[in-house]
Amino acid sequence: MPNLPDVPLQGLYGDLILDHYRNPRHRTPVSHADVEAEEFNPFCGDRVILQFRLDGQGRIVEAGAQSEGCSIIQASASMLADIALGKSVAELERLSQLFRTMMRGEPSTGEAEDELGDLHSLQVVRQFPVRIKCALLPWTALEIGIEGFRSKNS
Amino acid sequence: MTTNVSGLDVARIREDFPVLHQMVNGKPLVYLDNAATTQKPQVVIDALVNYYTLDNSNVHRGVHTLSQRATEDFDMGRSKARQFLNAASDQEIIFVKGTTDGINLVAQSYARPNLGEGDDIIISTMEHHSNIIPWQVLCQEKGAHLLVIPINDAGELLIDEYEKMLTPRTKLVAITHVSNVLGTVNPIDQIVEIAHNRGVPVMVDGAQAVPHMAVDVQKLDCDFYVFSGHKIYGPTGIGVLYGKAELLEAMPPYQLGSEMIKSVTFEHTIYNDLPFKFEPGTPHIAGVIGMGAAIDYLNAIGLDRIDAYEHDLLEYGMECLSGIGGVQLIGTAPRKSSVISFVMDCAHPHDIGTILDTEGVAVRTGHHCAQPLMQRFGVPATARASLSFYNTKDEIDLLVKAIDRVIEVFS
Ligand SMILES: Cc1ncc(COP(=O)(O)O)c(C=O)c1O
Repeated sequence: MPNLPDVPLQGLYGDLILDHYRNPRHRTPVSHADVEAEEFNPFCGDRVILQFRLDGQGRIVEAGAQSEGCSIIQASASMLADIALGKSVAELERLSQLFRTMMRGEPSTGEAEDELGDLHSLQVVRQFPVRIKCALLPWTALEIGIEGFRSKNS
Repeated sequence: MTTNVSGLDVARIREDFPVLHQMVNGKPLVYLDNAATTQKPQVVIDALVNYYTLDNSNVHRGVHTLSQRATEDFDMGRSKARQFLNAASDQEIIFVKGTTDGINLVAQSYARPNLGEGDDIIISTMEHHSNIIPWQVLCQEKGAHLLVIPINDAGELLIDEYEKMLTPRTKLVAITHVSNVLGTVNPIDQIVEIAHNRGVPVMVDGAQAVPHMAVDVQKLDCDFYVFSGHKIYGPTGIGVLYGKAELLEAMPPYQLGSEMIKSVTFEHTIYNDLPFKFEPGTPHIAGVIGMGAAIDYLNAIGLDRIDAYEHDLLEYGMECLSGIGGVQLIGTAPRKSSVISFVMDCAHPHDIGTILDTEGVAVRTGHHCAQPLMQRFGVPATARASLSFYNTKDEIDLLVKAIDRVIEVFS
């Protein structure tokens, strides 16, 4: 019989994740956003809208994340919006790569973990393979948004 | 264990399903996702293995012994499906890949040639995407209108509204027998009568009905009826489209190729008789044989007894779940089959699904391929426990315990 390994629930619904789920940051829509994207998961009906406004130096001064879906999507989107403030688009892109590396289960450095901040708590989702796509949806939206931003400004 | 209203020996029945006897996440599996697909009894598995082990060969094409045996079993599969629906003749049973495939066949071969600009097709709010999109796309292409029968808060069709929708421009009613989300059993006989009074044919999506109740297409008097083998304890990749012979005769073929022809020259082809006109290519022989074994299995238990047992289980489940604070049931029609959809104040359905899984309880979470219905109830998704005759009240109790765990984690 193909028994799946036992998976403890503790961790998936740890304090940080539940805190971002219950009190999502930056829910307010951003007017005049420079970077924005909406992405769906057609199998779940989940949805994320990300919006960022940049200052004259190209730093994110305002962030918006509206998500509909499970705790993992909402926490991931909230953490993303939170950490984006003050960063440049290129820095955010690098962070996105770090996040994906972590979610793939590839070894990461302590430095990378520090850089990811609250996002590091989402690595427990790896133990629930069908839920990984939930954690990644906001990041897919981010990448689409950045692509649109670049093509607009080139 | 399990003495019950219907006299089913459920403990014995469970022995017929090898997949049920396993641990998931350290807990005994509680399989409550039967509306997505049902588990297979050993007799169905054996029928597949025996066919491939002993009889494998093509059908209707050889005089050798293996081909004769395969052909005989294949043809018997059609007769079993005919009896299962009480159709008038084997000719009216078309093998398709499943419900989705059958609906597409009706859309392309029946509706397409009959639909013109400004015509109407009627469906309902509670349809599966498979019974929405083929009609939506066809209507868009033809400049026709897709009309949608509304439902009330319990999840019942508003028949008065439906009656008002029918006009001389209505070309077809395509409606589900049982909702895969709400469990509502629709009054198909009444729906058909109303449509026929105006000369409009009716196609019924029976995917969620045939696993739970005896269906008689002649009594319903519907014009088309579709179901999937995998939802009646048979294999995937096989299903049935029933159609009244006179309608099927008049329809052009859906797909073209071998088996569906009588004679071919490079200038001209004469199509084969029913049902072969609609079955081009080598069919899913093992699937037909496996589905036949599943029908035999259901008949041996008795669909009336299954209906009675599942109904009792449903009532118990609805009562248990409605007693949990913060749980809201979606779909509370009095005439309902054994599907319990619910949402919780504290947690999204996917989180419910994950926590239930860690308790060994398998339910479906999401929009269940019925997004317009989710919109009607103002929810993004639901969790759905769908019950079979091999489920027990003990398993419902485990579901309730697992839901308590969700509340623990999220409050
Ligand atoms: C009501 C209803 N219609 C159609 C379908 C589609 O069936 P299949 O995927 O077997 O084609 C389903 C199955 O999910 C269903 O529940």
